[in-house]
Amino acid sequence: MFDFFLLEAVINGLLFGGVLALLSLGLNLVFGVVDVVWIAYSEVVMVGMYVIYTLHVMLGWPLVFAAPMALVGSGIVGVLVHRLIIEPILDTPPINQLLATGGLLFFLQSLATLIYGSQFRNIGLSLPTLEFHELYISFARLLAFGVAVLGMAGLYLFLSRTYVGTAIRAVAQDRQVMGLMGVDTRTVYLITSAVGGALAGLAAVLLVLQQDVHPFIGLTFGPITFMICVLGGLGNLLGGFVAAFVISQVISIGSFYVSTELSYVIAFVLFIVAMFIRPEGLFHRRS
Amino acid sequence: MLKLTDVSAGYGSFQALWNIDLEINAGEAVAVIGPNGAGKTTLLRAISGQLPVWSGDIALEGRSLLGTAPHRFVQAGIAHCPENRRLFPRMSVEDNLKMGAFIPEARRQFGERLAWVYGLFPRLRERRAQIAGTLSGGEQQMCAIGRALMSHPKLLLLDEPSAGLAPVIVRLVFDLVRRIRDEGFTVLIVEQNIRQALELVDRAYLLEVGRVRASGPVAQLRDNEFLRQAYLGL
Amino acid sequence: MKRWLQLAGLAVLVAVPLLHPPLYFLHLAILVLIWGMIGTAWSCMGRFGLVSLGHGGFLGAGIYTVALLWNLYGLTPWLGIPIGIALSLLLALAIGLPAFRFRVVGHYFALITLALGEVVRLSIIAARDVTGGSLGMTPNRVQPPTDVSWYALQFADKKYFYFIALGCWLFSLWVWQRIDRSMSRAALEAISEDEVAAASLGIHVTRQKLRVTLISAALTSVGGMLLGLYNQYLNPESLAGIGISLEIVFAAIVGGMYSAPGPIIGALLTIGFREGLRTYFGVHLIGMAETIYGLLLIVFIIFMPRGIYGAIETLLRRRAAPSARPPAAPTAPRPGPATPGHG
Repeated sequence: MFDFFLLEAVINGLLFGGVLALLSLGLNLVFGVVDVVWIAYSEVVMVGMYVIYTLHVMLGWPLVFAAPMALVGSGIVGVLVHRLIIEPILDTPPINQLLATGGLLFFLQSLATLIYGSQFRNIGLSLPTLEFHELYISFARLLAFGVAVLGMAGLYLFLSRTYVGTAIRAVAQDRQVMGLMGVDTRTVYLITSAVGGALAGLAAVLLVLQQDVHPFIGLTFGPITFMICVLGGLGNLLGGFVAAFVISQVISIGSFYVSTELSYVIAFVLFIVAMFIRPEGLFHRRS
Repeated sequence: MLKLTDVSAGYGSFQALWNIDLEINAGEAVAVIGPNGAGKTTLLRAISGQLPVWSGDIALEGRSLLGTAPHRFVQAGIAHCPENRRLFPRMSVEDNLKMGAFIPEARRQFGERLAWVYGLFPRLRERRAQIAGTLSGGEQQMCAIGRALMSHPKLLLLDEPSAGLAPVIVRLVFDLVRRIRDEGFTVLIVEQNIRQALELVDRAYLLEVGRVRASGPVAQLRDNEFLRQAYLGL
Repeated sequence: MKRWLQLAGLAVLVAVPLLHPPLYFLHLAILVLIWGMIGTAWSCMGRFGLVSLGHGGFLGAGIYTVALLWNLYGLTPWLGIPIGIALSLLLALAIGLPAFRFRVVGHYFALITLALGEVVRLSIIAARDVTGGSLGMTPNRVQPPTDVSWYALQFADKKYFYFIALGCWLFSLWVWQRIDRSMSRAALEAISEDEVAAASLGIHVTRQKLRVTLISAALTSVGGMLLGLYNQYLNPESLAGIGISLEIVFAAIVGGMYSAPGPIIGALLTIGFREGLRTYFGVHLIGMAETIYGLLLIVFIIFMPRGIYGAIETLLRRRAAPSARPPAAPTAPRPGPATPGHG
């Protein structure tokens, strides 16, 4: 018996996975290269969402212009995070970096509350729901998936074809030798932070199409993003990519059978279990 | 071309080099030999800017290199092929070579440089897309040297290129170094394999416990009684 | 000298409620004591490099167990509390045993604890039919209504809670001292420096880590129970989310987690500061207080990783022996063990 609703759940899971994969990319990139986890990563996404809201809803910019500014805004935030917060404590125990970016989480959340208030804000875009036979697919989700795939392809090309991208990959593999190539690792870190921030900004564009923004929105997709990255092996871009789709399917199909929250619980429990089967992440291969 | 005057350096509170005087002229091949722990690698790291010197001076073509940021030494013209090769394990041969030509001057001539390195090391061209971590020891060494050459350095530093390689391969590597030297490059090579090193170079310095114990043209060193007994087993 | 000071301080603390202070002040004092206890509990782990970002999970698991058993089955908290503690211990074991066995450390460990906190929070929300979900729940008033119920641990007079909180905080200090003076401390410090070396010396790494984790979890869950019983209100966000977990960590860091009085100083500063800012800004600039708080946290980590108490300690030590080099001030001991995949 073919269950259309289940198929719908699978497809929606796939589309959702695209956004999660994009989210994980930025986090993984920064960790893989700079060796820090931005606990406030989802708050950087939130910044991007508020940028779009401010430009489009409050200042009346057309969406096509407001959206790219989210990437710029979040990219700048990324650079600032590295320059002001990470750089001073780069040589201290990694716990400090976790906690400093944790402080940033509070700071950004409250700054958003201060500026925008705690209400849910919508950018007022109403995208249609597409119908294929008996399947209902949200156009917003489809669009988000498409852009996410493009973003990932773009990142892949950047990392493999450009000189800077190659340098970024190199730093992740052996940072001590970089000086011998004439590469200033400081610059590479800053560029990576900018790209990581921009990826967060791209994710912001996709999320703002589907959700309202509010100061604590980071808490809804933050933990799951961490989980995906760790599951795929922290720093492993491909691993995070695959893990994102695995988790999104668990959540989507889980929501189909039980409540959404419970499906998240299942996903997290599976994560914890997976950690004990393979602590370095399912696809870990960093040495 | 390269002149070290009274250089002392170390790690933290531990001193590894004492009052080193060293000189290399353009076109020369010079070896630094000595036992384990003598400070040979430390010396190279000081020359390539990775390790700050405590006192003394390092001058390249008359200009002092003191105070230069570590990553600017390549631009100055010193390329260091480090101990254990240190290739980027998950990148291809070509990507590794690419990184060698990172500085703007080299990047501009990337195509020609790449072709030239492949000319020197045809084996690398065959394996250009292969992941560096999967290469054999000798191929890795070739790739590492090739990477260093991509920046067309005035001075090429080679740190123990024979380490971990089978004798046959070592001979191959040393032949390659000879070819590089014949192309006109100035080479400073650190080696534990004294006999082969001395066959390759014009002059050598013997380093022991962080000090220059002896130095001079190869023929003179070979005749040195102390050296013969202690190191050449003659 | 120190003994005298301690006894005098204790006398002052005991005397406070007897002097009929304003209710608001007493309220804050109770919160400071409870959060001081929770911070102390966290520091038992944190000081050895076992940084948990999911302690909210123990808070929530503990109090929701007590509250649910009371509301649904009329089970007195006196029985509910041990059951709640048992549940928290189980959770700690479920995470800790495999984590320590498989040498999950550093970033990975922190993120796994974060996942645990989330599991608890989401489970509470998912079970909204009994827990009230995100809206929270209130424990039923004891019937027949009375001002002082030891059976239900409900007291109209804050003084009762004050003494209970004081007692619990002192107990947590005692536990902290016990660990500090035990062989475990040396073992755990060795482990945090270099796990492999420690193991080769015969230190049972898993057992040591697990023991301190279980203690920390149990104390934290009691702290959570105190919070819930005092506030007579439970909410998954304020008890089990990543936000609250981070707040625990920060209070401990700000105060200084390497010393016994550190966490409560951190709690004092955090709560006092927050309330102070809130009073100052009133309702005019909602979020300003927290924004400054967040900024200060960042500044603290960068410039004072050993916390205020630690900084004072270092200052005093430097004054006493100017020739001695103060130890480098990392927040956690240098992580000798390589995190998986770090090399």
